[in-house]
Order: sequence, then C-alpha cells, then structure tokens
Amino acid sequence: MINFMKYKTIYFLISLLFLLPSVYFLSRYGLKPSLDFTGGSLLELTIKPTHMEPTTALLEDIAKQGFNIHSIQQTSQGTFLFKGKDFSQSLNQKFQHEISTFIGESTEISFENIGPTLGRELIKKTLTSLIIAASLIMLYVTSRFKDKKYGICAILAMLHDILILLGVFSFLGVYRHVQVDALFVTALLTILSFSVHDTIVVYDRIRESLKLNPKLSFTQTVNKAVTETLGRSINNSLTIIFMLLSLYLLGGPTIKWFIFALLIGTISGTYSSTFTAAPLLVLWEQIKARQSKPTP
Amino acid sequence: MKNLQRFFLIVLLVILAVVINLPYGAKLLKRDLSLKKGLDLQGGTHLVLETDMANIQSSDRLDALESAKQIISRRVDLYGVSEPVIQTATLKDSYRIIVELPGIQGINQAIELIGQTAQLDFREDIASDANQINYASPSAFSRIFSFESTGLTGKDLKKASVSFDQSGQTAGQPVVALEFTSEGAEKFADITQRNVSRPVAIFLDDQLVTAPLVNEAITTGQAIISGNFTAEAASQLTIQLNAGALPVPIKIIEQKNISATLGADSVIKSLKAGIIGLTLVMLFMWFYYGKNGLIANIALIIYGLITLTVYKLIPVTLTLPGIAGFILSVGMAVDSNILIFERLKEELRGGRPFTIALELGFGRAWDSIKDANVATIITALILINPLNWNFLNTSGMVRGFALTLLIGVLISLFTGIVVTRTLMRLFLLPRRSA
Repeated sequence: MINFMKYKTIYFLISLLFLLPSVYFLSRYGLKPSLDFTGGSLLELTIKPTHMEPTTALLEDIAKQGFNIHSIQQTSQGTFLFKGKDFSQSLNQKFQHEISTFIGESTEISFENIGPTLGRELIKKTLTSLIIAASLIMLYVTSRFKDKKYGICAILAMLHDILILLGVFSFLGVYRHVQVDALFVTALLTILSFSVHDTIVVYDRIRESLKLNPKLSFTQTVNKAVTETLGRSINNSLTIIFMLLSLYLLGGPTIKWFIFALLIGTISGTYSSTFTAAPLLVLWEQIKARQSKPTP
Repeated sequence: MKNLQRFFLIVLLVILAVVINLPYGAKLLKRDLSLKKGLDLQGGTHLVLETDMANIQSSDRLDALESAKQIISRRVDLYGVSEPVIQTATLKDSYRIIVELPGIQGINQAIELIGQTAQLDFREDIASDANQINYASPSAFSRIFSFESTGLTGKDLKKASVSFDQSGQTAGQPVVALEFTSEGAEKFADITQRNVSRPVAIFLDDQLVTAPLVNEAITTGQAIISGNFTAEAASQLTIQLNAGALPVPIKIIEQKNISATLGADSVIKSLKAGIIGLTLVMLFMWFYYGKNGLIANIALIIYGLITLTVYKLIPVTLTLPGIAGFILSVGMAVDSNILIFERLKEELRGGRPFTIALELGFGRAWDSIKDANVATIITALILINPLNWNFLNTSGMVRGFALTLLIGVLISLFTGIVVTRTLMRLFLLPRRSA
C-alpha cells in the first residue's frame, strides 16, 4: 500500500494549475463558436475543368488558405457547395479568383446567408439534459454508496474534467483559431460519461475495502483502494488512448480536433478519478472530523 | 454443463450475427440491411425549400422562417429520419430552408411530407336557410355549402394519432384520431352543440377532407377524421398535425445529392486509423494479460460483430458522433475485462486456487462494472429522450450519439460478463473428469 493521500495537496495544486488558466481563458475569451452555432454563408459554384479536374480534395487545399470554409461537398449535378462562417462577399470573390487560376473558370449559382444548425434552443435543451443527468448520477451514486459525499465528489471530478476541456479549447481558440462545433458537444458528452465511469470504479474499491477492513482509517482505506485500482485505471485508459492516438495521427484532417478533445478528456478523466475524486473524499472526511470536534 | 449450454448460445449468436452481416442475410430476412451512414460519412439529399412570404409583413418574415424551420425539423424527426441538417438561408427577398437528409434511397415520402402546409380547420355551414335543411336526405348534398371557419384549428390540438375505424361500412379503415387541448375541447363542444344533425366540415389546407353529420354534442374533446385514407396517408397526416402547421406555404425548388461533409479521403483514412487502433488495443491485451487477454480479444470481436448487427437491425444511422459513442463503449467493454483480470490476479496472489479465484474475481468485479455502467446508461437515456419530452434534448445528432453509446454499453455488459466468463471457465479451468 502506497500512501497516496499524503500528497493530496500536490494533486490539488496540479489540478489548479490547469483549472485556473481554464477559468481565466473561458471567462476572458469564451469559446469560438463554429458555423454550426452561428450560421454563415453558403456558396454554390460550377467549375469548368480548364487546368485540372476539380475535386473536393483540391478545393480543400485552396480553402485552407484563410478562406474560413468549413465544409465542401460535391453534388450530383456536378456543382460544389461551400459552407463557411465569416465567409464574406469579398472573400468569396478572392476564393473564386483562386479557383479560376488553379482549376478552372467558376460560375456562381448562389451565395446565401445560412442559419445555425444547432440553435440556442437546442443548446439550452442539451444543457438541461446534462444537468438532469448529473443530478440523477449524483443520486444514484449516493444511494449505491449510502453516503452523499461519493455522489457529490464524483460530480465535482466530472466538472473538473469538463472545465479543463473547455479551457483547453478556449486557449486553442485564442492561439490556434480553433472553433468549437457540433462534434465538440459530443466529445464533451463522451468525456462526461467516461469521467463518471472511471471514478465509480475507484469508489467501488473504497466501498469494498471499508467493508473488508473496518479497522483501517478512512485515509488508509482510500490509499489501499487507489493502490489497487491504479494499474487497472492506467491500463484501461491506455487502451482508449491507443485508439485515439492512432485516429489523431493517422485519421482524416476533418476529425482532428474532435479526437484531440477526446484525448484531453480521457487523460484528464483518468487523472481526476484517482487524484481528484479520491482525495476529495479524504478532504471531506477531514473537514467533517474537524467540524464535529467540540470547540473549546 | 451449464457452461457448455452458454457456450453454444454464444456460438449460435455469433453465427446469427455473421449470417445477417453477409450479403444473403438481407435476402433471408427480406429487408434492407445495409449500414445507414450519416451526412458526414456518406452524404445524402440536399433540398432547398422556398417559402412564399407574400402574405407576411416584411418585419415578421424572419420569425415565420424560423418557426417553419422548427416545424419541418419536428416533422422529419417524427418521420424517423435520423441526423438531418436543417437550416435557414436568406438572400435579399428570398427566404429559404435547406434540408439535408442522409442516404439517397427511400426518402421520397419524407420529401412529400416536408412541404405540406397542413393547416387544419373546422368549419360549419352558416347558410341562412341552414335551419330548414334536412342534411340526412341525399338532396341536401346537391346544394352548395357555405362553410365558415369556426375558430377551431390545428392549434387547439393536443395530439393526433392513427387509429382504425371501429364501426359502420368503413370499419377497419385507417382514420386519424384527434385529441383537443382543454380549450379546444370546449370550442369543439360548443360547435357540436350548435350543429346537432348538421355537418361540421374538416378542411386541410383549404381542401375539404370530410364533413360528417354531428349526431350529438361531443364534450370529451375527441374527434375522428375519416376520409378514405391509406395507412401511409393517415400516418403522414398525423405527423403533420403533431408537428404543427407551417406558417407559410412552401415549395421544393431544388433537390440534389451531395457528398459526405467530412470528405471521402478523410473517412477512409479515419477508418484505417480506427482499425490500427483496435489492433493495438488487442496486442496490448494479449501481451499484458496473456491467455486471458486472448480470450478478452475474442470477446471483443464478438462484441464488434453483435454491435454491427444491432446497428443494422434497428437501424442506427452511423455518424462521427456515433462512432465516438462506439469507441467509448469499446473502451468500457475492454474495461470490464481488465477489471475482471486484475481481480483474478489479486485473488491468485492471495493464494487461492484458480477455480475459486476466477469466480471470486468475477463476483467482485461485477459490482463496480454494474455501478459504473448504470451511470453511463442514465446519461445515455436522458440524452436519447425516448418519451420526446419537450424540455429535454431533441437534437438528432446528440440523440444518435447517445443511442450508439447505450447499445454499446448494453452489449459490452453481455460480452464482458457472459462471453468472457464462459470462455474462461471452459478453456482456462483445469478439466474435471466427467
């Protein structure tokens, strides 16, 4: 048994090292919403293959040069659809000029303003769903573990992971112009589930050790449980990380940030179940013990 | 003996899954069993709808467009097309709605459904001589009715549903049953009260659907539209009524097929990367846990097969968010196995014989597997929102993600506990002489 909990201040400090910048960036800069949330422009073009046969891959290369284009699709009528946020009329003209130079003469069929696919209403409803899910998980964990500290600390660890993920993307928004899109919402949901899942496995061990070794102090029990579950926790996360890393390094460019969000969340979730959720329980018990001491 | 039975059950399931996934499985079950892929992975149909704003003041046009968009979203949802993209498009005086539906075949009905205005309107005959007419006699129908709106419309509806006529000549024919809100029920009671033995006409988009005679005042707030519907027409009408009437007439001006938003190269690359990742996971399990790891890998393959089959049978529209849900559930399936193996190791270290250690390991691991997975199931169920509660999430994308997550977790519970356990008992336990 390793005395993990002796260093719990250090774990909390490490968490703070990430949490404080996250809160700072989120409150100062927020997140950069993508076309999915704000709407933007839709351009439809036909392209004459004068220099080259037009393909979505070729057009993607041109679009990457600062044209704010989010997606390119080919239609059955041989036209191309471009969707982009902040894709203004002047950018449109420059873009078409580039196409004419490299691929062939383009003819504009339409250029319209499009609304968001994930409006305010949907975001609000998804948030409501999440608050309800978090409350129910808290109640479930509390009832299964017969103590509210487990439920509350599991949710705190989850918030820790979500806040860090949001913070990282706020940071990336400022320095790498990364936008959060609909996919980011699903990444967030995935991490939420993963975080709670991982925490419960550690808590289950504490519950069992409490039953088997009633003589150990609470801190010692937590130490024992963490020692016993650390191997499993790391192994399990490694399998997910293998999967995500190969998708990040070898997968298509359009899903890179989505996979990156999952990677950050998995790492943070693994850390938080052992080094946030478990020490929080110990802290809870210590505060309770201090309060119940009669004041002189 | 019990283990052998379980083993055969597993083998049977695997054979079934393989057959369904092979090309002739679809012929066997007489249905389309191709894996449905979303707009991001496969593309689909792109529809442009033009609204007719002639009767709407220019200041209200954007609001009308937004509400038309929401009603169309609801119709598409109710119709069961999953993962659509629906957005507004404006340019000067044209107000449009773009609807993108995944897949290319079999969406004609959905397209038909989208464009109908579906203004439901109850009207009564206000002819001056109305009191003298005997509506029951055939001669009454030769005169021209002057129907006037009663003020009872689709807005007063609580719910519409398809039902089958119970009585009369048309027994067994599909009809649309209406249930009014309490306010609507009052209006309907008033209308039927003052029109006993006279007709109350039901108009849809200014077309007469049916004009039944009122036998007595109806105070229950329920009515039936019977009008020679086919089963499909009745169900389309219910979808339209439940989703609400469009505030403006709408016309489909364009329909074309579009390619995947993620780009074909990107999808293929990601697929390859996914396979490499999965192989790495399996190698890791094999190196780290040896023989046990191999069994876990077999369980994982069985897991993948069953999941694919369930996706095809439901059918689930597979999108990138859905794949994220799947990856997470693979992680959880592997996790169940790792939990069991770590427990087994501990029990063995404690000096217990393998047979007992295996059972203890499973028993103890089960507690944590159960609690951890129930938490995930709670999240998934709330996001799927199976009862269509209005205050909860209704976005197709989030629902799709949650559905794949739920399916994944349920199947992973089965493979983690039943499959791994049975295989380990059968192949790792020392053979007892019969």
